[in-house]
Amino acid sequence: MSGHDHGDDGVSRRKVLECMTWAGTGVLWTITGGVPRSLGIIDPAQAATAAAPGMTFLQISDSHVGFDKPANPNALGTLEEAVGKINAMPAKPSFMIHTGDITHLSKAAEFDNAERIISQTKLDVHYVPGEHDFIDEEVKLYRERYGRDTKGHGWYSFDAGGVHFVGLVNVVDLKAGGLGNLGAEQLTWLEDDLRGKSKSTPIVLFAHIPLWTVYPQWGWGTEDGAHALEYVKGFGSVTVLNGHIHQVMQKVEGNVTFHTARSTAFPQPAPGAAPSPGPIKVEDAKLRAMLGVASINFKQNEQRLAIIDTPLQG
Amino acid sequence: MKTLNRRDFGVEFGLALAAAILLPATKARADDIEIHIDNFVFQPAELKIKVGTTVTWTNRDDIPNTIVSAGKFRSKTLDTDDKFSFTFTNAGDYKYFCSLHPHMTGMIKVE
Repeated sequence: MSGHDHGDDGVSRRKVLECMTWAGTGVLWTITGGVPRSLGIIDPAQAATAAAPGMTFLQISDSHVGFDKPANPNALGTLEEAVGKINAMPAKPSFMIHTGDITHLSKAAEFDNAERIISQTKLDVHYVPGEHDFIDEEVKLYRERYGRDTKGHGWYSFDAGGVHFVGLVNVVDLKAGGLGNLGAEQLTWLEDDLRGKSKSTPIVLFAHIPLWTVYPQWGWGTEDGAHALEYVKGFGSVTVLNGHIHQVMQKVEGNVTFHTARSTAFPQPAPGAAPSPGPIKVEDAKLRAMLGVASINFKQNEQRLAIIDTPLQG
Repeated sequence: MKTLNRRDFGVEFGLALAAAILLPATKARADDIEIHIDNFVFQPAELKIKVGTTVTWTNRDDIPNTIVSAGKFRSKTLDTDDKFSFTFTNAGDYKYFCSLHPHMTGMIKVE
């Protein structure tokens, strides 16, 4: 479901079906999960209200351009399908964020192919890197393309539609045995960045690896993520958007909503549901139901942003 | 979903570990020890070798991995089936990990 349908034709049959699919997805991983989460799943009624005006932006993640293994031999093709889906949305989103792993192996051709496809949305795209975007020998290809006007390894903030957005980098300088890492320099910058902001300003933090601990056994969390969350504690509305785990997961803690997006390339197992977090091979017919994008709608005076996950198919 | 269950995985891992412990004693030459990366795990995760031994890591995952021992050695990013070799010329304990997936750790004790 796009969440962008407007007009007074009510909820179409197709949309209801799509909502049901989505709700089913939520239920599915409530069962297969095993960690605290999913308290704040958006229900179809809430999804329907997202059709009302407000600012809408999109999240796309983990496109892994260059990936060609059995789990999805054509990751560029499914990215293209995701872009087609975005372009077909009845209301044009304000902009897009990409939460990392644009490429699979940080090759120049992979970055170029990703850009060629993603630019077809004709949207401004705000990127943060995933660990797969920093593995070229000189670690320069991502920065040359997306690092301009950023600090440190690529963090930055901007304002749009009354919301303060902060893009964070938690894939650099990872420590043996540990999780994602923001580092002292970035945390100091974040504290400064948020200082003086009105507590009623809605905050969106986005980064590749989840800032909350999803499943440390697979490295799904950020070592010093709690420090970042400390700085946003006083704000009335905080939304944390991540990728990396290639599946939708959500939880709400006080004023903070945590959400992870699907990949456009390949699915990964629910925490602990397989021996490793590696790509899972599903039947071809089921792949596109496990890939997708998220759209996020913000309305003034509503504390929580409405997040709607749209699979490529189903 | 193509997965092994925990029990199978445990057995396989146990066998790999047993093989690894037996391996140095049964090899005539001590210079070709192999470590595989399967399911985001170094197998065997711990190894005792003699000075002068060459260890070769092979990434058998569908996801790239690296082998990094702080200040000692660092592989390039290994795509599927890529290999990295290092010859241990000094005794000591070498802890290493994957810099992309730091929960993956291993240890090589060189005597």
